[in-house]
This record gives sequence, C-alpha cells and structure tokens, in this order.
Amino acid sequence: MLELRMKYALNGILLYVISTVFVCYLSFRSVIQPTTWNSLFWIIMLFASINAVAKSFMQESRGRQLYMHTLASPQAIILSKIIYNVLLMISLSLICFLFYSLFIGNLVQDIPMFILCLLLGSAGFSSVLTLMSAIASRTNGNLTLMAILSFPVQVPLLMTLIRVSKNAIDGLDPSVSYKFLIILFLINVVVATLSYILFPYLCRD
Amino acid sequence: MQKFFNLQLAFGLEWWKFLAIALVLYALIGGLLIDVPALPILHETIRNLYYHVTQWFGMMIILFVSLWHSIRYLSNFKMYHDFVAAEAANVGIYMGILGIVTGSVWAKFTWGAWWVSDAKLNGAAITLLIYFAYLILRNSMDEEQKRARVAAVYNIFAFTMLIIFLMVLPRLTDSLHPGNGGNPGFGGYDLDNTMKLIFYPAVIGWTLLGVWLMQVCLRIRTLNHKLLIKQFK
Repeated sequence: MLELRMKYALNGILLYVISTVFVCYLSFRSVIQPTTWNSLFWIIMLFASINAVAKSFMQESRGRQLYMHTLASPQAIILSKIIYNVLLMISLSLICFLFYSLFIGNLVQDIPMFILCLLLGSAGFSSVLTLMSAIASRTNGNLTLMAILSFPVQVPLLMTLIRVSKNAIDGLDPSVSYKFLIILFLINVVVATLSYILFPYLCRD
Repeated sequence: MQKFFNLQLAFGLEWWKFLAIALVLYALIGGLLIDVPALPILHETIRNLYYHVTQWFGMMIILFVSLWHSIRYLSNFKMYHDFVAAEAANVGIYMGILGIVTGSVWAKFTWGAWWVSDAKLNGAAITLLIYFAYLILRNSMDEEQKRARVAAVYNIFAFTMLIIFLMVLPRLTDSLHPGNGGNPGFGGYDLDNTMKLIFYPAVIGWTLLGVWLMQVCLRIRTLNHKLLIKQFK
C-alpha cells in the first residue's frame, strides 16, 4: 500500500516516534511515577497513530484511488487498508515500547499483559483512524476535520487503554483487566465491521 | 380521520401537537406538585427524573429517527431522508444539551459537584462531541449528494458509538449513575406508581415536542432547498 510504495513515509513515521521518545527523555530524564510513565507513553502512541494512519486515504491521489477501485471491490480495499494499518501500528507500537523502555526505563511488571494491551490498542487506533481518514478524504483531505472526527472515539479508547496498562504496570492479577480487554476488543470489532459495511457508500461517486 | 378533531380547524395545529403541549405542561406542573417518595440523598431532587431522564429518552428516540433516515438515505438516495436525518440530529443534540445541563444540576445536589468523572457522564459528553463533529462534517462539504452520503455514513457510526458509550460501557465499568455499574436503576426500587404516572407521559411529551420542532426545521430546510433550485432555473 501507500507506505510500501513510499519508503520515506515509513521511515519518516519511525523517525517521528523515536525522536518524540527522545525529546521526552531529554525533558523528563527518567520517570519514576508509573502513572506519568503510562500516560506519556499512550500520548506518544496517540499522536504517532494519527500521523501514521491519517495518510492512508489522504495522501492517495484521486487518480490512484480510481485505479484501485477498478482493480478491487471497496470491501477488499477497506479490509486490506485496515489490516495493513493494524500491522503497521502494531510494529510501530512495539518499536516505540522498545525505545521508550530503553531511554526512559521500563516500569512494567506484567509484560505479556502490556503487550496484549499494546496490540489491542494499536488495532483500535488504526481501525478508527482508517474509517475517519476515509471520511475526511471525501472532504478534500481536511486534516483538522480528521482530528475532530476521530478524537471523541479515541478518547474513551485511550482511557480504557491507560487503565488496563496501569494494571499491567502494577502487575495486578490479569483477571482484573479482562473486562477492559473485552471492551477494547468490542470497540475494535464494532469499528471494523462498520467500516466494512459503510465504506462502499463512501467511495461511490 | 383528522376532520374529527375540530381543534385542528380552530388553530391549524394537528391533534398530536396539542397532545405534546398538554403532556409537557402536565409534566412540568405535575412534576413539581405531586408528592414524591422521600428517599435519602435524593430528597426532592428526584423530581428531576421527570426532566433529565425523560429528555435523554426523547433524545435517544429522536437520534434513532435520525439513524433510521440515514440508513434509508443510503438505500434509496432521496434527499428528503438526508434532510430529516440532519434536522433530527439537530433536535437530538439540542435535547442532549438540555439533558446534560439538567443532569449536571442534579449531580450538584446529590453527588456534590457539577461534573463527576464517571463512565456514564463522560460517555454522554463524548457522544455529544461526536454529534457536534457530525454537524461540522456536514458543514464542511458543499456538494449536496456527497454531503448527504458522507454524513449518513458518519451518522450511522455516531449512533453505534452512542449505544456503546451510553448503554454498554457504563454497565461494564463502575458508575455512580443509577442503573449502571451494579447500581439498580430507578425503576427497580423507588419508581412508585404516581411517579410512573408522570414519567411516561413526560417521555412521550418531550418526544412529540422534539418531533414538532424537527418538522418545523424540516419545512424551513425544504423551502430553502426549493428556493435554491428555483434560483438556478
């Protein structure tokens, strides 16, 4: 898809994440408070996801979009976009976690739980943003609109994520977090299904 | 059928509009005068049940109308459905704001603060934000057909999120709000029969008032649309 065709875009996002982490390192040195560590991490992830996924429809030229529609059905396009963005965000979040713990320090006690939370979170961010990017691209690629449309949905996602990952950091028993993981999974499934159903209507012109 | 209602001939209003006025007045006056069960913490603020809860009920019904017309629009692409969806969303947002203000007043007198960080309350705020985004999205596009289509898609998304944030999430997490997070709802233990006598008519009254408001806005929009078409002919 887009980033594989444009290597510089992929590298750009990587550099963006790493330099953000580095700036945080320079300004915070080391974070001892788990709450701050956690919130800082997820805020970095939020903005990285907007930067990474917003491009998926916005930067496609009109001609290329038309070309894609002649090649594949809209359902296939949106599904492949979502899958690609989810994979992109998952790898991005793992890299971000790696550098974050390298520079700022790793406070997580229950690492498998945290990774699971990362996976669900990046899947959620990217599926919401893919749909919103598709909608916003219909309005002449307005980036502000994209933020307005996706923020209300991302905030609860972010709140839930922060709560689960806080549990993982404190090393609480996993059974405490199951409920929140189910919520995250639910939002992911709902958003992906909605985009699958609704996207064909968006690309009719 | 409607000829039987002489009132309509006298005032030019349809019968259900009289019903709306009557029910809302009934809720306003009756809600303040009729005896309510004395409960700890709530005391007299329980009267807010007639306004806060009923307005949210009305909002849900009217936003559902908006959703329904968005779906209809996507299945047959008639502009009429887009107009209804837009106006219903407008009225729904208006009722939502009323609901959130009355809820905030209620929270002040029972929980001690205008706003409590709570799953249900934050869900309500986020839902309103999503619907505001819907309005901005509508205004950001000029081309009519495209606007209708994109707005319909976002509207369906918005309503689904409303269901999740208002109905599902608060039930899964801890919440102060009655009916959520393990707390029983009002109906469970203290909604006695006199309260029901006002509560349900009030729901119908607010909804009818919302439909009325929607109809007036819809007429203005349709007329403007016709005017616009006339100008280009």
